[in-house]
Amino acid sequence: MTDPPRNQHIIASGFVAAVGVWVAYVSYTQEPAAAFLFPRLISTVFVVLAIWTFGKAILGRSKVGNGLSAEAMKNIAPGLIVALVYIFWAAKGLGFYTASTITFFIMLSLYDPASHSELRSWIKRITITVGFLALMYGLFAALLNVYTPREIFF
Amino acid sequence: MGEGKHLEFLNYFGQVFEPFNFMLLLIGTIGGLILGATPGLSPTMAVALLIPFTFRLEPAQGLILLGAAYTSTVAGGAVSAILLKIPGAPANIATTLDGHTMAQKGQGAKALQLSFISSAIGGVFGVLLLIFLTPLLAKWALAFGPSHLFWLAILGVTVIGTLDTSSVVKGLLSGCIGLWLATIGFDDIMGAQRFIFHPTLGGGINVIPALIGLFAIPQVITMMAKGRSTTNADVIIVQKSPIKAAFAEVFSRKRALAIGTGVGSIIGLIPGVGGQIAGLVAYDQSKKFSPERDKFGTGHSEGVIAAEAANNAMVGPSLVPLLTLSIPGSPTAAVLLGGLLIHGIFPGTDLFDNHPDVAWTFINSMLIGQVLMCIFGLYVAGLAASVASVPHSVMAAIVLGLAVFGSYSVQHSMGDVYVMASLGVSMYFLERFGFSAAPLVLGLILGPIAESNFIQGSMIANATSSIRDYFFTGPLNLVLIAIVIASIAYSFWMELRNRHHTSKEEVIG
Repeated sequence: MTDPPRNQHIIASGFVAAVGVWVAYVSYTQEPAAAFLFPRLISTVFVVLAIWTFGKAILGRSKVGNGLSAEAMKNIAPGLIVALVYIFWAAKGLGFYTASTITFFIMLSLYDPASHSELRSWIKRITITVGFLALMYGLFAALLNVYTPREIFF
Repeated sequence: MGEGKHLEFLNYFGQVFEPFNFMLLLIGTIGGLILGATPGLSPTMAVALLIPFTFRLEPAQGLILLGAAYTSTVAGGAVSAILLKIPGAPANIATTLDGHTMAQKGQGAKALQLSFISSAIGGVFGVLLLIFLTPLLAKWALAFGPSHLFWLAILGVTVIGTLDTSSVVKGLLSGCIGLWLATIGFDDIMGAQRFIFHPTLGGGINVIPALIGLFAIPQVITMMAKGRSTTNADVIIVQKSPIKAAFAEVFSRKRALAIGTGVGSIIGLIPGVGGQIAGLVAYDQSKKFSPERDKFGTGHSEGVIAAEAANNAMVGPSLVPLLTLSIPGSPTAAVLLGGLLIHGIFPGTDLFDNHPDVAWTFINSMLIGQVLMCIFGLYVAGLAASVASVPHSVMAAIVLGLAVFGSYSVQHSMGDVYVMASLGVSMYFLERFGFSAAPLVLGLILGPIAESNFIQGSMIANATSSIRDYFFTGPLNLVLIAIVIASIAYSFWMELRNRHHTSKEEVIG
């Protein structure tokens, strides 16, 4: 896929333009003005470039970037959902190492090309998960003394 | 610079060989070779992921680890380029042209040996340039006032935004987004809240989690996008080959070695151009000047030598703008700047006066690191080759884990992990539409430099002349403005020319 659909470009550049307009609005309306002097300068350039890009997308002249195919989105969605649940909830809610172990194992299982019906492949996944998390624990907890959130579990 | 000051670096060689420092150098070198050999792990991302491991180290030690990793990941990328035809990093694209063909002909070991030897020679030359140019430029940089530093920061963002991207407007827009992100938090002078739409952002965006998110998370999602696919290419089994013969081959191809080293060093000095261009230009020039130009592309040793000498020769010079002017010339240099800042060290004019032990130990370690990289590269290439075939599923999970643990460890804050994830996921989608992480990162890092100098300059201008006179007159201001405009104009011209060529090919096709 080399030429993504026009509406994908419109959505992406429209989002950037909306952020640009919001940044400019805040920069020019908030006080004290002196604190927003530099943001005003950059937001002006930001808005001009963002609107230019949005306009090009609407006219169908935005060609750079491969966009997103339905197949790629289908592949990304499960892993991304697991990763976001891990980061925004589980890491704190369940405990850092528990959540990391579960997420690592799920990610491995979701994308591992090895068969899901073979016992050997599951043993391999469990071994890699345990090995990686043990390494992380050794590096971060033991060596670097990083204290991670320990809520319900470890 | 005083008498004999240009040899000051010699005083700090001993520190590199202190047992713990040398161990870090070895770890960085071997780890970098393995990380570099892994497709999808770019040098920038590898260095970003390593930063959290430097927090508890002394500044010089942390930089030894990061510098060794930077050097070795660039060289290690040749392993997968030669054996898998997948460049470990963009800098190794040119290496695939002849390196992989050599491997297909059963000369994989020879190609790897040539690449590591020429990488080391190019790399040593590049670091020597860094050693002798940096203090000279640092003294010259003393003449820079707030207006010049403001324009330099803008130049850093625009050069990367225009030269390192496929769309000039989107590159500049990415730089603007980075500059805006840098303003989030409390304003330094008035203490006013700016763009704090979530309590996590009260202290602004921490650079390290942002770097990890912007470089690592898009790679994780890219690996996810491939689904349950196996690695596309088979690793070519490496047969043994005499190392002595490889040395003799490299030194018999002096032209390719000289072109690669020269082109890489010059391109390294230009902010924003990068290893990919260095490798390709050196390959092209070496082909043009070679009497055996017909052999290029068919597994010719000169192709590997020129490309690899170039991409490692650019490593040292790419740090010159960073160490002299605080302006990172490449995304990896920007990540290294983040590594310096967390230790409270600000590169620039007085780095070599205030922290000569840190600066020179770091630079010397890069010199020694080139030699170690060559030695270990020749022996661990086989191991690195097996790492190169690690499935995407394992790599995605490992990189995600490292990104989360690394971001959290910066301030022991989940807020940093949220920032890392939000920026990373957004960057993946933006990259799909032509936006680029490199100018955004440069904007984020150079934003505070640009803003503080803009405010200082405005105050001076209000007291002495006018803002227009202060920022837009004087030879140095005009030169910097001219370079900003020239880089934008040149990139627009190149983009239009490429588009014209593409549409012409489409018509012919």
